[in-house]
Amino acid sequence: MRLNEMREGQHGRILRIGGETRLRRRILEMGLTKGSDIYIEKYAPLKDPLELSVRGCHVSLRVKEAAEIDVEALTDY
Amino acid sequence: MEKRQLRIALAGNPNSGKTTIFNNLTGTRQKVGNWPGVTVEKKEGDIHKFGRDMRIIDLPGTYSLTPFSIEEIVARDFILDENPDVVIDIIDASNLERNLYLANQLRELDCKVIFALNMADVAKSRGFKIDAKKLSELLGVPVIFTVGNRNEGLDDLLKAAIALAESPLEIPEERRVRYSNDIESAIGELRDFIKLRVDATFSYNLRWTAVKLLEDDKIIKDRIREQVTAESESILTKAEKLRGKLGNRLDDDPEIVMTDDRYGFIAGTIKEVLSTSTLQRVDISRNIDLVLTNRFLGFPIFIFFIWAMFQTTFTLGAYPMEWIDAGVGGFSTFFEHVLPDSLLKDLIVDGIIAGVGSVIIFLPNILLLFFCIALFEDTGYMARAAFLMDKIMHLIGLHGKSFIPMLMGFGCSVPAIIATRSLESRKDRILTILITPFMSCSAKLPVYIALAGTFFAAHAGTVIFIIYLFGIFVAIVTGRLFRTALLRGEDAPFVMELPPYRVPMMKNLLIHMWDRSKMFLKKMGGIILAGSIVIWVLSSFPQNIQYSKDYDAQIAMVNQSYEQVMPGNEDDENSLRQQKDAQIHEISIAKKAERAEKSYIGRIGKAIEPVFQPIGIDWRGSVALLTGFVAKEIVISTMGVLYAAEGDGESDALSNALLKSGMTPLSALSMMIFVLLYIPCLATIGAITRETGSVKWTLFNIAFTTGVAWGMSFIVYQGGRLLGF
Repeated sequence: MRLNEMREGQHGRILRIGGETRLRRRILEMGLTKGSDIYIEKYAPLKDPLELSVRGCHVSLRVKEAAEIDVEALTDY
Repeated sequence: MEKRQLRIALAGNPNSGKTTIFNNLTGTRQKVGNWPGVTVEKKEGDIHKFGRDMRIIDLPGTYSLTPFSIEEIVARDFILDENPDVVIDIIDASNLERNLYLANQLRELDCKVIFALNMADVAKSRGFKIDAKKLSELLGVPVIFTVGNRNEGLDDLLKAAIALAESPLEIPEERRVRYSNDIESAIGELRDFIKLRVDATFSYNLRWTAVKLLEDDKIIKDRIREQVTAESESILTKAEKLRGKLGNRLDDDPEIVMTDDRYGFIAGTIKEVLSTSTLQRVDISRNIDLVLTNRFLGFPIFIFFIWAMFQTTFTLGAYPMEWIDAGVGGFSTFFEHVLPDSLLKDLIVDGIIAGVGSVIIFLPNILLLFFCIALFEDTGYMARAAFLMDKIMHLIGLHGKSFIPMLMGFGCSVPAIIATRSLESRKDRILTILITPFMSCSAKLPVYIALAGTFFAAHAGTVIFIIYLFGIFVAIVTGRLFRTALLRGEDAPFVMELPPYRVPMMKNLLIHMWDRSKMFLKKMGGIILAGSIVIWVLSSFPQNIQYSKDYDAQIAMVNQSYEQVMPGNEDDENSLRQQKDAQIHEISIAKKAERAEKSYIGRIGKAIEPVFQPIGIDWRGSVALLTGFVAKEIVISTMGVLYAAEGDGESDALSNALLKSGMTPLSALSMMIFVLLYIPCLATIGAITRETGSVKWTLFNIAFTTGVAWGMSFIVYQGGRLLGF
């Protein structure tokens, strides 16, 4: 599934990051790398962007950007 | 022998406590400027400690050295080209893994690095235990624990920096970041290839250069072209070939795989040096965010904070503004009395003091506004504001962070434009700067009050509100237009850290506030001063005006006639004197009005009248708008002079004069729209030039705003006339 399909409070693991190179590197450099565990903190009040925690830090990205990231859900919501 | 000054650069992630360490190291001995050619703030400070002179340079906070944002380019170029003696990397110890990414990029750069494991106390309280000795051994880098806000470990840090500066540079080969085999062999091959083709003057580390070329680093490619003219193309072709081969083999872009490899290397390091106790930590920031970015409460709280910021800035700021106003007034009265009547006196009182006074009066607003902004930034709330607003701002083609500058525009465009510095992408920055002046600033309000108050008496409030809304509307439309036509391209990604909430340090807030205000005063003061003098010259020359009437004789006559009838009775005498003063006042105002009409600025006004006629503004309005170029407040005082009504906009005199002048509600509306949209004031133009770093964009902004203003006023005025108003 894609990252933007995950719900608040769900744990997951990153499988693959797509998108154009610049965006991909930005995402990678914030610590969102293949195999890293993530937790969906919340969606913003207007449903975009979303906030997740990875490697102990909180990172936000737009839903459109999250759609480039393939994940597997580790928990149900 | 006097030892030479050491240059020590501070690098680190945003929110790693770098600024606090810099402030504590250098204290008040800071110089704030800009990095050459860009508007990223550059801070440095000279200190003398442990018998050495040292210059501490604060590099911009970045997550990596991949040259995407200006900050990253600035930081990397400084290390590459200025060769600081030591680079201290400030690492947030409670967030070791992410911080080690930048740390490893610094190590790859072939410079002398020290790690400062900062916020060691926070890390400890969260149950992290870091084996500094092991870390130092593994990476071949000195590691020092620090607690920046309590000044702990900073002496050790400086001592270690001095020691490192004096030792030879060597990071053992086996401690370097290792990439996967395919990449390592490509790096080796390219490094040897480069080695044969460059001479000793080539200043970059060869392995690093090979790594960057495999990552397709545009800036390094350009540097190669500059430095190795003869063989550069063969090197770049070779790199391209290897990149292609790697891409096929790895089934991905080499730079992506290399980023993964770096994190792999970091994960290996972390496993050896970091132990987390089972102590379950409470994420305080998460709890705060349960409220502050809550689905229902988030926006109301945000709006409340913004409201509080404006209240603080403008209500609290009103008191010191009054004092400054009184001070400037006193100053001008003083010179009025002390200096003999002369042109110089007029220049000092009406030109310089009045002009500079009009800027200095904003100082309390500016200080308070910057204090609030610094507070938002240092607590970590600013990132949440961007998080909340991004969706809305994105509709206009802007980034969430653009919201704050645009909002500040309602106060004053100058700090608003300076505040665009928090935007990462240059395109977002320019776009925000271009549309911010459409947010109606507080200096325009007196103009609306005078015009709407006079012509729309009962509905003045509604009309003014509509004017503000119209400004926002124009900003949105132009934002979308510019985004699709002029500043096209990918939106800046919103991949952003939401840093942990922190209690801000007063010292940092005050330094932050003062630095920015100083910059405002220095840069804007000069422009306003020059502008005020020009306007003064235009309105006081030519000196010898042929008046249509002999006003002085009229005044003398009034004096004389009252002299004759002065009775002995004291009460009558007082009322007669008042009558006399009123008459003289009227005559001198008429004189002033004629003088303004016949001065150069009056002549210019008449010359450009045809331009303003189609939008219903006469020559007096034109002159007032011209003078508004210096500062919008001046529009009203000029109108006061020209319509022969001494007044500050709220007095009935100006209203009566305006009503008699032939102005209609429609032309008043047209003028208000023009004032809302036309050329920003001098100080704003100065700020635009500085912050865009481009005269072209400034001229474009001037032409565009004035064009839109004229067009809109034309539509309103002519349309209104067609409809029979």
